[in-house]
Amino acid sequence: MVKVETAILPGGVVSRPGSTTDYKTGTWRVKKPTVDLNKCTGCLICWIYCPEPAILKRHDGKIEFNYDYCKGCGICAEECPPKAISMVEE
Amino acid sequence: MLVGEVKSIKELYGLDLIAPGHRACAGCGALVAVRQILMASKKPLIVVNATSCLEVTSTPYPQTMWKVPWVHLLFENAATAASGIEAALKALSRKYGRQEHYIIAFGGDGGTFDIGIQALSGALERGHRFLYVCYDNEAYMNTGIQRSGATPLGAATTTSPVGSKIVGKVQNKKDLLEIVAAHRIPYAATASPSHWKDLTNKVRKAQSYDGPSFIHVIAPCNRGWYFDPSYTIKVARLAVETRYWPLYEVENGRYRITHSVPSPKPLEEFLKVQRRLSHMLLPENAEVLERLKAYVDERWERLQKLSACFT
Ligand SMILES: Cc1ncc(C[n+]2csc(CCOP(=O)(O)OP(=O)(O)O)c2C)c(N)n1
Ligand code: SF4
Ligand code: SF4
Ligand code: SF4
Ligand SMILES: [Mg+2]
Repeated sequence: MVKVETAILPGGVVSRPGSTTDYKTGTWRVKKPTVDLNKCTGCLICWIYCPEPAILKRHDGKIEFNYDYCKGCGICAEECPPKAISMVEE
Repeated sequence: MLVGEVKSIKELYGLDLIAPGHRACAGCGALVAVRQILMASKKPLIVVNATSCLEVTSTPYPQTMWKVPWVHLLFENAATAASGIEAALKALSRKYGRQEHYIIAFGGDGGTFDIGIQALSGALERGHRFLYVCYDNEAYMNTGIQRSGATPLGAATTTSPVGSKIVGKVQNKKDLLEIVAAHRIPYAATASPSHWKDLTNKVRKAQSYDGPSFIHVIAPCNRGWYFDPSYTIKVARLAVETRYWPLYEVENGRYRITHSVPSPKPLEEFLKVQRRLSHMLLPENAEVLERLKAYVDERWERLQKLSACFT
């Protein structure tokens, strides 16, 4: 279930910064990025080019995906220098 | 002079000012550019947004992706609203002490090249301290891909189709940065999200001036340019590498190409990956292709000469 705030404030005021997280755009995805951590160098190139953002840095400096919001565009896989990311069918 | 130069991606990590869950199409180039610009921006920041894909997809009311104060006014008046905010902050500063805020106004190409150009010109002339960013997807995308003053020659849009009478848009792209630079503002530059270091440093530079500044950033749109969503950054990079999108700045009137392209890729490489432009490679459209090539070459040559004047 997607929780959507419906209260409409006077003047069209939007009261909650960053509240698009209520809506999980991960459901749009057709293909899903997966990372080969043996190849990932932690350069964060994928992260700087993700439009959402749906990529997070792990404690070891490598990356993981936030599948709640990743739309599966494939930019990260296309741009990763060591080709550590592949797009797989959902 | 460059205060707080961005040197590595790692120093930008954690500085995101937008949340995911926004409704932009998968792989939207505008969102990549806006994300990078916001990460580089000085704070506290107030964002003004003209009606456009960015506005509609970022704020599906009552939700919003923005984590900073953000105001949406009309399609045509982002620069006017930014001027008013800056003037109000000045008045508050006089009354209550310094209110230090940075203002960025975002407009699409329709909102900037066409309908908002009068408001923009006025704000630049009055000298308000703010950064105006035109994210350019080269058509009115939010209403279904209509041609704008930013659409390049030959591009197919719903109002400049390829048919027996015309081969896409009949006119060349308007040279907006030159119009902006003619206001003699402190800082104006082009940029591309593919060249994130160049872009983020231009944001820092723009905000170091006590006056208006302007950044014109390319924003590949897979829906309106017809390419695979995973190619967004590749297309932006090809635009730079073919000299279609020169990266340069005009700082206090001094021109400088910020990313030299000594051996450009053939323009065809940029055209062939997008269905809005790939018809230009057909033999029967050779004349249109030659015209576009001439436009790209002349612009580059002119920029090179202007840059040489100031080195
Ligand atoms: C005065 C006015 N005319 C028309 C519209 C309808 N409209 C909304 S968004 C848009 C297109 C915006 O194009 P652009 O500025 O290039 O931004 P993009 O959607 O391409 O990112 C139009 C025509 C409007 N909102 N206001
Ligand atoms: S671009 Fe590739 S190597 Fe770099 S952090 Fe992302 S997955 Fe790892
Ligand atoms: S597939 Fe697209 S949305 Fe998903 S993590 Fe990669 S760049 Fe981000
Ligand atoms: S139509 Fe283009 S600019 Fe608009 S949200 Fe989709 S990809 Fe982005
Ligand atoms: Mg547009």
